[in-house]
Amino acid sequence: MIDPFLLTALLLVFASVLCLYRTIKGPTVPDRIVAVNVIATCTIVVHVLIAFIGNQPMFVDIALTYALLNFLVTLVAARYLATGRVFA
Amino acid sequence: MSVSSILSTIFLLTGAFFFIVGSIGLNRLPDVYTRLHATTKCDTLGQALALLGVIFYEGATFTSVKVLLIIIFVLIANPTAAHALAKGAYMYGVKPCEITSLDMYKEKVKRRSK
Amino acid sequence: MRSSNWEENIASFVLTFIILFVLWAALSTFFDVVHLSLGVVCSLLVAYISHDLLIKPKGTKHVFVVLKTAVRFFLYFFWLTTQIIKASIDVMMIILNPKLPISPEIIKFDSRLTNDVALATLANSITLTPGTLTLDIDEKKTYYVHCLAKRHGDALLKGKMQSLVARVFGGEE
Repeated sequence: MIDPFLLTALLLVFASVLCLYRTIKGPTVPDRIVAVNVIATCTIVVHVLIAFIGNQPMFVDIALTYALLNFLVTLVAARYLATGRVFA
Repeated sequence: MSVSSILSTIFLLTGAFFFIVGSIGLNRLPDVYTRLHATTKCDTLGQALALLGVIFYEGATFTSVKVLLIIIFVLIANPTAAHALAKGAYMYGVKPCEITSLDMYKEKVKRRSK
Repeated sequence: MRSSNWEENIASFVLTFIILFVLWAALSTFFDVVHLSLGVVCSLLVAYISHDLLIKPKGTKHVFVVLKTAVRFFLYFFWLTTQIIKASIDVMMIILNPKLPISPEIIKFDSRLTNDVALATLANSITLTPGTLTLDIDEKKTYYVHCLAKRHGDALLKGKMQSLVARVFGGEE
């Protein structure tokens, strides 16, 4: 009987690899940012699953921080696309 | 196998399935706006289901509270990020694909000169 | 006038401090003297710097009104959950269909809402419901929405969601 947590983590890594194809091929810059955003969401869930597979609760805190950082990075990238500058 | 463990397995695998559907959509759809449709909806539901499966497995502890905080935050943050990215892509000059029948946003936007 | 302003500042400061400290306790999970006092110091500092950002001192309402809005928002959230599940299954059917039946369009509609929180909630709800994605809201409260197919845009223009959001926040003119 395979561990469902491990199976889910493997499926999510497979989904990330599918997104990696779009990240490399993507014709425009926004396509790449969307793909990286999806990979980051996968990574958050995989972090939580790793915390339970390896019995290390610290990884849940890392996932929380990663979620906050992912949101910030996406907003800054979108702002750069829209206005051409990051600050002010 | 207890009831909660079976329930958590079902939720985890359904969440993973929605993630894979979102990734397939990211590769199949024609332009950045339709890709955002696929990734935003499927990923938001997928992470909520997968992390709910984790909560069912864990029960009522402080770790569950943290995981619940992650669910709520991503549920708010993911549509907001998609909204910002769609506007950024339009301002950047990515045109909607040819089969787009109606574009009411065009007259509103003064395209940024490259 | 001066004194009422001062009272509102204190109220928002205390509320921000309580929220921050509960979050600290839930995330740290250590309940000894050292960690809790550290949390009190950090929460006081952050609440002093940013208490006017989380809760606007001018817009303070009666506690009863806030509670009623919270309960209504909870009910609205249940409706939104069913919509999210429907939206994901709808998009899944489109993606897994070999013919890829899409005909995208960008439509606009005017909103009657007045409240900022209500406008943001409506924008996020539109993004999470079937086949629609908010592109922009301009200063005249016009929404620009990208639809995956024509039937999605027609469903949005009926305006059921907008009246629901207006009922939750009471922000309709």
